Amino acid sequence: MKLTPELIIFAMLAGPAALAAVGVVAFGSAIRSALCLVFNFFLLAFLYFTLSMDMPGISQIVVYSGAIMVLFVFVIMLLNPKLIEERKDLKRPFGIAFGVVLFGILASQVLPVLGFEGAKPVVHQIGSPNVIGDALFSSYVFPFEVISILLLVGVVGSVFLAKRRTD
Amino acid sequence: MDWLHNLSPAIQDVLSAIGRAILAIIPIFAPVPVIIWYERRLLSWMQDRIGPNRTGNITFSRTSKMVPSFLRGKKFKLFGLAQSIADGLKLFTKEDIMPDKTDRVLFILAPLIALFVALTLGCTIPFGGDIRFTPVADVNVGMLVILAISSLGAYSTVLAGYSSNNKYSLMGGLRASAQLISYELAMGIALAAMVMNSGSLRMTDIVKSQDAPLYGVVSFIPNWNVFTPMGFISAIVFGVCMIAETNRPPFDLPEAENELVAGYHTEYSTKRWGIFMMAEYMAMFTFSMIFATVFLGGYHFPIRWDVLAPYENMYLVGVVVMLTKGAVGLTVYIWVRATFPRLRYDQLMNLGWKFLLPLAVVNLMITATWIFAAKVYGPMAAWMVGLVCYGVLFIVWAAIRHQAKKTQPQFQSRSVNMVNSPRRVLDVVPNKEVTP
Repeated sequence: MKLTPELIIFAMLAGPAALAAVGVVAFGSAIRSALCLVFNFFLLAFLYFTLSMDMPGISQIVVYSGAIMVLFVFVIMLLNPKLIEERKDLKRPFGIAFGVVLFGILASQVLPVLGFEGAKPVVHQIGSPNVIGDALFSSYVFPFEVISILLLVGVVGSVFLAKRRTD
Repeated sequence: MDWLHNLSPAIQDVLSAIGRAILAIIPIFAPVPVIIWYERRLLSWMQDRIGPNRTGNITFSRTSKMVPSFLRGKKFKLFGLAQSIADGLKLFTKEDIMPDKTDRVLFILAPLIALFVALTLGCTIPFGGDIRFTPVADVNVGMLVILAISSLGAYSTVLAGYSSNNKYSLMGGLRASAQLISYELAMGIALAAMVMNSGSLRMTDIVKSQDAPLYGVVSFIPNWNVFTPMGFISAIVFGVCMIAETNRPPFDLPEAENELVAGYHTEYSTKRWGIFMMAEYMAMFTFSMIFATVFLGGYHFPIRWDVLAPYENMYLVGVVVMLTKGAVGLTVYIWVRATFPRLRYDQLMNLGWKFLLPLAVVNLMITATWIFAAKVYGPMAAWMVGLVCYGVLFIVWAAIRHQAKKTQPQFQSRSVNMVNSPRRVLDVVPNKEVTP
């Protein structure tokens, strides 16, 4: 495998992203796990950028790192959970077994592609906002609107639940 | 410069990337001492004080033989400009204190995140007509990059508050995160209206769309977004959110000194506190320039004049224009700070959620209607439809306000009933029975 600048950049982004993903489950304190997740999302966005997917990448930062994880950290800070002692029960061997199976499935899909030279170059500007906007509002307008209604229902439901508690 | 061209292309790319990073940082980082001095002097002037005006003044002796003859009795005034540098030196040479029982990693990380956000916020703002004047990259999602990075700023305050292991810091961090989340929405929607107006998320396109004559009629004024009705409302919403995002007065609840000591940076001192402070001033300056880019025509002169037109794309002229517009934004920041008292927490939330967010959303809808009408029926019809929409909006707002005033309880007297009230005649409140 030839060492190209693209490969170096990929390694610089993907390595820390994988380490951060491990950190999410490995850290004992909740806030560090959350921060690892933020870092992971942030680096994933840069991986999208290297594939010239500008819009998905920046949405990743805006939505996940910027909005959802801030709320996560906010809630963690509000509740301030203590370190949880690990209990010894059947969860652990089952978890390890499922992890191995999942890794096997993913690896069987990823590894054959990894050695494959001469992969197709990405289509230029496939991730630009114009292309995505056109697709969303022409071919996928029905799912898009259905999802927005679903989100609206979620918002109304959460407002209703929050209101009922205060009365 | 031949040796640069002889290098391999990969190394040239790396060097140009480093150069761009430095060029993105310098115009934002270098003015910080001057901005701090400017704020202190302007604020003093507005509050009828003097402010720092001594540091850096040198008066040479009239009689000493040590002084060269051409300097004897001469005075050099720096108007206190050296004060910020002296303060910085003091901060960086103080003893570095980190309290016990802090979360050390997060405690160190928090100011660094603040610095990262402040430095990278302006990476897509164009400083000139040429593509080379956009500091890092003229990406086609430039506006979203700004929103993304400014939303990361919440982490610095939250982590600082959490890691300090201090109740005041925690309260400051909680307030900061709630405030940033609330005001980001209105800010994003206000910017979305401007993106629809310009038809592009790319910052250079947004600036270029503001070069035509005003309303297509007035030839000597450019059609800056702030002159259009939807742009004007967006500018107000964005301006308020901009001040809230940088935690500046009157939105400085996270660091309200008479409620929370110093808020999220109570436990910080020396360099780390200095980094928070510098990051705040850099974010102010960058947000001013973002405002200038989106609403005030970016690097264009305020007058469309054929004589000036060739200078607009000239070397450094655009940079000077942008920095000047940023300085005007800073002046407004300081002016607002000197004018308005700090908001109460419920006022802050009401302003964000019940006024700015609905206004921004309605403005977005009217902008969409306007653009649709302009495409189908022409600009005159669009103006009529738009103005009718804004009229309906105003009437609805006035009706809601009228209704709310009727139902809201009125706080007429602000007198306090004390438990063991001292025996004195209170003739300030005439309708009240006074027990002897």
